[in-house]
Amino acid sequence: MASLTIQHVKKNFGSVPVLKGIDLEVKTGEFVVLVGPSGCGKSTLLAIIAGLESVTEGEVRIDQRVVNSVPPKDRDIAMVFQSYALYPTMTVRGNMMFGMESRGVPKPEREKAVARVAELLRIENLLGRKPNQLSGGQRQRVAMGRALVRDPKLFLFDEPLSNLDAKLRVEMRTEIKKLYQTLGKTTIYVTHDQVEAMTLASRIAVMHQGLVQQFAEPRTVYDRPANMFVASFMGSPPMNFLPAKITGSGAASPAVVLAEGNGETNQLPLAQGIAKSGSDGRPVVLGIRPENLTRYDRRHTEETPCLGTIEAEVEVVEPTGAETMVVVRIAGKEVIARFEPNAAPAVGERVKLAVDMTKACLFDPETETLIDRAGSD
Amino acid sequence: MADAATYDPLRTAGTWGRRAKIIVYALLTLFALVYLLPFTIVVLNSFRDLGDISRNGLIGLPHSFSLDYWIQAWSTFCVGGTCEGIQPFFYNSVAMVIPATIISTAIGAINGYVLSKWRFPGSEVLFGIMTLGVFMPGQMVLLPWAQVLGFLGLTNSIPGLVLIHCVQGLSFTTLFCRNYYVNIPDDLIKAARIDGAGFWRIFRKVVLPLSPPIIIVTVIWQFTNIWNEFLFAFIFSSGTHQPITVALVALSGGGTAVHQYNVESAAVLIGALPPLLIYLFGGRYFLRGLTQGALK
Repeated sequence: MASLTIQHVKKNFGSVPVLKGIDLEVKTGEFVVLVGPSGCGKSTLLAIIAGLESVTEGEVRIDQRVVNSVPPKDRDIAMVFQSYALYPTMTVRGNMMFGMESRGVPKPEREKAVARVAELLRIENLLGRKPNQLSGGQRQRVAMGRALVRDPKLFLFDEPLSNLDAKLRVEMRTEIKKLYQTLGKTTIYVTHDQVEAMTLASRIAVMHQGLVQQFAEPRTVYDRPANMFVASFMGSPPMNFLPAKITGSGAASPAVVLAEGNGETNQLPLAQGIAKSGSDGRPVVLGIRPENLTRYDRRHTEETPCLGTIEAEVEVVEPTGAETMVVVRIAGKEVIARFEPNAAPAVGERVKLAVDMTKACLFDPETETLIDRAGSD
Repeated sequence: MADAATYDPLRTAGTWGRRAKIIVYALLTLFALVYLLPFTIVVLNSFRDLGDISRNGLIGLPHSFSLDYWIQAWSTFCVGGTCEGIQPFFYNSVAMVIPATIISTAIGAINGYVLSKWRFPGSEVLFGIMTLGVFMPGQMVLLPWAQVLGFLGLTNSIPGLVLIHCVQGLSFTTLFCRNYYVNIPDDLIKAARIDGAGFWRIFRKVVLPLSPPIIIVTVIWQFTNIWNEFLFAFIFSSGTHQPITVALVALSGGGTAVHQYNVESAAVLIGALPPLLIYLFGGRYFLRGLTQGALK
């Protein structure tokens, strides 16, 4: 069990900067997910933590010990690869024992460790098989077994689920979560899948263009994204962005006015905290997640403290089963709203939408960063 | 793969398709005969007595049969003054080909491993230079080799030829192994590094167990080439140190009045036997190894 500190880490491949100054502080026992689109540098960062890549600048510390020049084998880490990287000529048992053999762990201890982990992962019956005799899910399990068996300080996962089919991926995700809850090991997990990030992480580091955009608990990342990139990357379908202006910030009922489209003006009330930071007429980008935008119903008025309403025409209806995504046009922009399947509108229908403004985010259109609710919370 | 194996481009409907098929097979048979004819003549002549050969011609059906010429060729025929047959020269070749094949294959495997999995600045350039040797004709390096062998005191010796074949073979063995190892996923090496294995342990435990296909290809290639090699053997050996390829020439160019076609045929066949056997037993693996791309 260990903590991990990453300070001002920069990495260039030739003249191309891949990491442009990363700072992360992972506490003992945390499950941190590095998430971002491909090319954001998350896998490079993981390779740096593992010692498979060197840093161009900065410091990596495991348990306060600087490990910049420590080779991977001496960092006391274990890693699960996207390709599983099981040794094809060894049996499952051989794969799990290889690391301990390299480190000269005595045989009885090795046997005991393999037996313990095999039981934990329910792969006892696979120990004699070669990797090519295993299914994708079994390989995944064995790869985790190989990592677990050495009882390392730090667990690294590099997109471990992306080679599995959708159903198995969800199962293994739950399994990884259970495993983490049982063992409580410090874990760094790389993925491009925001659902994996949300479900697994104790904290998420959203990466983009070689920088950490936000490092916070999943709830915070989702509800209060630090900038428009994070807001649109986390959540599916993504958050809707509408250009707007603040109005009546000094008055009792501050609001935003949406930019005009089709000649109509829409005004939405602002939850108080947000309003304080803006002055009248300040241009902002209003961010609303699809689930906070749905068919208006009398109940809403009682339940939601800060409710706006808006009328819009339905352009596309996409039922997914549990919910129905509806594309409407507001202020000239396509906006996705989420409807209960039995309340789904028809194409061309004009619907009255309820907007839960307590959940709304305001961004600065220039810097694209979140405008804090100054003074509130 | 299954599709490729069962797909038959000539299996078209109608008589034309059938006719095309017949033509193609007839041509193939003809070519096979053309290739096999010299070999067949040599095999037949190795069992005929000299009278038969001179009466009925070198190319003719046998009217006599004896295994004597094989025995003579192997153990009693006179080559360059000694009358022990080609046996000692055969053993010379064995003593040359075995160490040269093993050493050049082993070094090629290690080179390939380094150049594919432990790249360093300039390793691609180095690999390029090494593969240049593949295209370098042997004649070009005769003089340098003469100097090197002289300097090392290995002139006219089997170890000298072993050294030459090891060095000359490196370009090929390195090229073969490197291009095979490139297909081994890098993640395997990374996983092994995290598992605490070092350079040699990864080579022995992870890379070598995956290598049989390419090792077989390299061994067959090296064995056949070194066994059949003539230029270096001819230039750098003489007398009792000659490998069999050179001895065979000495045997036929003895200057004596009558050509012993039957014994010479038997000797040539004995000289061709080892590569032939290697091909018969290893040919399958050779083709499989050459065509095998990515490993699973």
